[in-house]
Amino acid sequence: MRRYSHMQTILLYAVLLLLVVAFLFPLLWMIVSSFKNEAQIFADLRSFKAFIPTSFSLVNYRQVFTRIPFLHYMWTSVLYVTLIMLFGLLVNALAAYAFARMEFKGRDVLFSVVVALIIVPFESVLLPLYIVVDEFGWLNSYTGLIVPFIANAFNIFMFRQFFLNLPRELEESARMDGASILRIFFQIVVPISKPVFTTVGILTFITHWGDFMWPLIMTTDDRVRPLQVGMQFFFHQPPVQYGQVMAALTMATLPLLFVFIFFQRYIIQGIAQSGMKN
Amino acid sequence: MSPKKNRTVRERFMRSLSGYVFSAPALVLLFVFLLLPTLMALYYSFTNYYLLLPDQTEFIGIENYARLLKDKLFLRSLGNTFLFVGLVVPLQTITALTLALLVNQKLGGIRWFRAAFIAPVMTSMVVVSILWTFIYNPTNGLANAVLGIVGLGPFEYLTNPIQAIPSIVLMSVWQGAGYQMMIFLAGLQDIPEHLYEAASIDGASAWQKLLHITLPGLRNVIVFVGLITLIAATKLFIQPFVMTQGGPLDATKTLVYMVYEEGFKFRDVGYSSAIAIVFFVIVLVISIIQRKLLKETQES
Repeated sequence: MRRYSHMQTILLYAVLLLLVVAFLFPLLWMIVSSFKNEAQIFADLRSFKAFIPTSFSLVNYRQVFTRIPFLHYMWTSVLYVTLIMLFGLLVNALAAYAFARMEFKGRDVLFSVVVALIIVPFESVLLPLYIVVDEFGWLNSYTGLIVPFIANAFNIFMFRQFFLNLPRELEESARMDGASILRIFFQIVVPISKPVFTTVGILTFITHWGDFMWPLIMTTDDRVRPLQVGMQFFFHQPPVQYGQVMAALTMATLPLLFVFIFFQRYIIQGIAQSGMKN
Repeated sequence: MSPKKNRTVRERFMRSLSGYVFSAPALVLLFVFLLLPTLMALYYSFTNYYLLLPDQTEFIGIENYARLLKDKLFLRSLGNTFLFVGLVVPLQTITALTLALLVNQKLGGIRWFRAAFIAPVMTSMVVVSILWTFIYNPTNGLANAVLGIVGLGPFEYLTNPIQAIPSIVLMSVWQGAGYQMMIFLAGLQDIPEHLYEAASIDGASAWQKLLHITLPGLRNVIVFVGLITLIAATKLFIQPFVMTQGGPLDATKTLVYMVYEEGFKFRDVGYSSAIAIVFFVIVLVISIIQRKLLKETQES
C-alpha cells in the first residue's frame, strides 16, 4: 500500500476520529443517559457532560422491567428469529443442493422461478400474506411469525452458488461406496460448506432481528410480541421517560452486539459476498 | 433387460425423485407465502374487496388505479417516497464510498474505526428511530443542544413539514452507510495492486489514482450499491411510523405506509393492493435496470 508522510498520517487519523465521533455520539448518548435520571439528562444536554456518566443509577433499568415484560419480548425475538434461521438453513440448503447437483424434470424452470421471486418485496404482499396466514389460523402465534419466512429465494441462490463450486469428487466417491443421497448431503456436503451456512445464517438472523411490519400487524398481545414491536409500544406509552426508554434501547441492542463481536469476520464476508455474487 | 441397465434406470429414477423431495419444502413454502400472495395482490387490486365485507367483493376493473391518480394523499406519498429516495441514495452511497476509501488504508487500529462505522448497522431500525426522535426533539433534543453551542439552529426537525424528510434522510444515512461501506471495501480489495504501483512510478497523484484507477475499478460495485440502496429506500416505513406517524401534515407518508394504512386501518384490501402493485412495479423496474446495467459492465 501507499506510504504516507507523518503529516498525512496525522491528518488521516484526525478525519477518521471526527467521523467516529459523528457515528458513535448517538449511541454513546443513549448508553450514558440510561444511567441518569431525567433531570440529570436535561441538565447535561448542553455540554460535553451529555456523553459522560455524571451519575450512575440502575433505576431506569428496574423501571423498564416493571413497566413492560422486556425479557419476554427479548426471549420471543431470540426464539423466533433463531427458529427462522435454523429451519431456513435446512430447507434452503436442501433445495439449493437439488438445484445444484440433481437432475430432474423442470429443474431449470423451477430454479428460474426462484430467482425471479428474489425481486418480490415483502411489503407488496403484506395484506394477502395476512389473509393466507389467517386462513391457516396462525395469526398471533409463533407459527405465523416463523413459517412464512423459512423459505428464502435469495438464500437458495447463495447456497446453490456455493454448492456449484464444490469439487464433485468427494460426493462421487461416496456414491460409489453406496452412500445414500441424504447421507452424502449431511455427512459430506454440509461439513465442507460451513462458511456458507455461517454466512447465510448470520445474515438471516440480522435481517429478521430487525423485523417490524409483519410482527406489528400479526401479533395482538404480549405473549408472542417480539422486541421491536414491544419497544415501539413502550416508546408511545405515557409517561415517556427519556432515561427509561434509553435503558430499554440499550438492552435491545445487546444481542446483536454480541452476534457482531463473535461473528464479525463472517458478517463482513457475508455482506461483501452478497454484494459481489449478484 | 440386463440387471445392470435395470439398476441405472432405477438409480436415475431415485435421483430424480430425490431432486423433488429435496426442493419440495422450499418450493411449497415459497409458493404459499410469496408467489400466491403476489397473485392475490394483483387480483385484489382489480376488486373492491373490503376486509369486513368479503362476501360483497366484486370485480371493478381498473377503478382502484383510476382512484389512485386522483388521490392527493397517494400522490403526496409517492412524492415523499421519491424525495426520500432522491436524497438518501446519493448521500448514503457517497458517504459509504468515502468511509470505505478511508478505512481501506493500512493504519494502526483501522479495525476499530471500521467497527465504529458498522455499529449503527447492528442497531435495529426501530431502536434507531426511537433514539433519533429524542435527538431531534426541538426543545429537549441533543441535536439542537449541540448545534446551539456552535450557534446554529434551533431547528424543528420532525415537527416541520419541510425538515421532516431531510431529518429522516440524515438518520438513515447514519444507520445504513456502514453496510454499503463493507461492500465497497470488498470491491476496493479486488482492484489489482499493481495498477497503483504502475501509476506511482508514472508520478500520478493520489487524486489522479482515485479518478483513473479506483473509481473506474469500482464502477460495477457503485452501480450495485446505488441500486440496492434505491430498492431499500423505496420501502421506507419504520422511520415515519415510529417517528412521525406520517406527519406533520402527511409530510412523511410513504407508499408502504399507505399500503399499511389503507389495508390495516381502513381495511380496504382492494385499494391497498393497488398501491402495493404500483410499489411492486417500481421495485421491479429498478431491479430490471440493475440487471441490465450490471450485465453491460460485465460484458464490456
